[in-house]
Amino acid sequence: MDRLRNPWGRPRFLVLVTGFYVLWSLIPVGLAVLFAFNDGRSRTTWQGFSTRWFTGATGSVLHDPALQGALRHTLFLGVVCVLVATPIGVALALGLQRWRGPGGGTINTVMLLPLVTPELVMGVALLLLFLQVLPGIGLGSSAQVIGQVTFTISYVVVIVRGRLVSIGKDYEEAAADLGAPPHDQLIRVLLPLLAPAIIASAAVVFAISLDDFVVTQYLSGDASTTTVSMLLYASARAAPTPALNALATIALLITLATLGLAYLVYKRFASSDDAAVMAGLEV
Amino acid sequence: MSSRWTWRVLALPGVAWLTVFFLLAFYVVIAVAFGNQNSLSEPVAFWNPLDWNVGYMLATLQNIWNGEQFFTVFVRTFVFVTLALALALAIGYPVAYFAARHAGRWKGLVLMLLILPFWINYLMRMLAWINLLSPDGLGTRFLSAIGIERLFISANLLAAKGGWLEGQPFTVIMALTYGYLPFLILPLYASLDRIDQRQIEAARDLGASPAGAFRRVTLPLSRPGILAGMVLIALPMFGDYYTPDLVSSSTKTNMIGNQIDQLTRQGSSKVVGASLTLILASLLLGLMFYYLRGTRSADDRGED
Repeated sequence: MDRLRNPWGRPRFLVLVTGFYVLWSLIPVGLAVLFAFNDGRSRTTWQGFSTRWFTGATGSVLHDPALQGALRHTLFLGVVCVLVATPIGVALALGLQRWRGPGGGTINTVMLLPLVTPELVMGVALLLLFLQVLPGIGLGSSAQVIGQVTFTISYVVVIVRGRLVSIGKDYEEAAADLGAPPHDQLIRVLLPLLAPAIIASAAVVFAISLDDFVVTQYLSGDASTTTVSMLLYASARAAPTPALNALATIALLITLATLGLAYLVYKRFASSDDAAVMAGLEV
Repeated sequence: MSSRWTWRVLALPGVAWLTVFFLLAFYVVIAVAFGNQNSLSEPVAFWNPLDWNVGYMLATLQNIWNGEQFFTVFVRTFVFVTLALALALAIGYPVAYFAARHAGRWKGLVLMLLILPFWINYLMRMLAWINLLSPDGLGTRFLSAIGIERLFISANLLAAKGGWLEGQPFTVIMALTYGYLPFLILPLYASLDRIDQRQIEAARDLGASPAGAFRRVTLPLSRPGILAGMVLIALPMFGDYYTPDLVSSSTKTNMIGNQIDQLTRQGSSKVVGASLTLILASLLLGLMFYYLRGTRSADDRGED
């Protein structure tokens, strides 16, 4: 064991840095969540516990039209984005994995580019696209969905392809040997095997959509297309009430619950290697 | 033969989607940047490359070249991003190293705590700091009580008492570090975790000191992870406008993202905004492909 000792001296230093980092990264958010339950207008002085900013008669997330509308619209975009991006991404992953012949490499690169393109660049590009080429669609909900789908497809492809690699070709070949035509191999063999990855990628798409800010803001139309992130950006410096914290807390809980559930499903049905992909450890 | 076409048909919707909403969208930026604007300063795109008008692009490049506003903003962006990257690495590497090597039976918990901020809305994390650093915020009071505020004022890093959110470059750099660190730690962890312990043991058996084994084995083996992680967080930082907006809201800390945002979304001149976007994108293209090449070769290893 001695020879594996931390080369920087005692790991105490590492424990210290890690502890400091974890506290630094989580305490501010923890306090923001705590003050969502403040029984007063202050976001800095504790005035007792209350859920008035969640469900109270005035100014709460439940009753303030702007806050409630933002939450609703955020969830709406998330659901539609999952319904569009997941099937397209799964199909693209299957198609690319078995692509033979020219063009596969190029498509692969183009498919990965949205993962590394700064969102601002994509936001500007999509904004100009909708203004210059597709004014018929225009800015608003449809544009927001299209924008979010454009960069979430890549996440689906990466997750599903990771699973395809670990499944290998044996099952398909066995099905083919037993006389199954290609679409049967796909529907009766591959898709069931891919189910955990599909669920995981749907959850990741939902979470990314909920948290997205730049593209969603660039493609927003009137006030009814404001999302939680956009409202946080617009009101954070404008002396908001703890209702803003409450809104952010609700969105956070929905994101974490979705990912937590999907993670459990994934862990149950797939190997832990694949789970690392989902946890964001590898993209 | 028929099965080959099954796969291609499956890929078709995705390919078509990316062609229109990614590739074509990017071409629109080029067509607008090399286009013109009408009397309402709305852009008029020139679709045919033979018609391209280089006027706006040249004016933008000249602005940078002559050291005018865009130059100042570019330099500031570069300084902010470099400092935030250095800070992020200085904090992130030991944390990732601890998680990969020394967390022991706490590994699962440590990893969960490191992944958690990854999935907390970025703007909520900024909101948390705005609450803390507002003039009567808990953070401001704390920093004042332990004497940091006075120290920063005397070191000229803070303009006035309680003014952390008023155009302070230091606050923006710290906010960028805070905001993007989780995205650096996970790839760092992955690359450190992948290193074969036996290679380090071999180095020690051959007489390397612990520090020597770290310098000659661990560090070189984790270099690809370091570079990939830094690129991964540098790219969004270069396109960031919301962090300076939120924690400073002063033109004194404007980054290139703020400049582009003002020109395009807020709409003062989309044509100039498009040329600036194009310049930024071409500067970052190298980094983007560097990152993709790295992940591609990792993929290939996985498939063998």
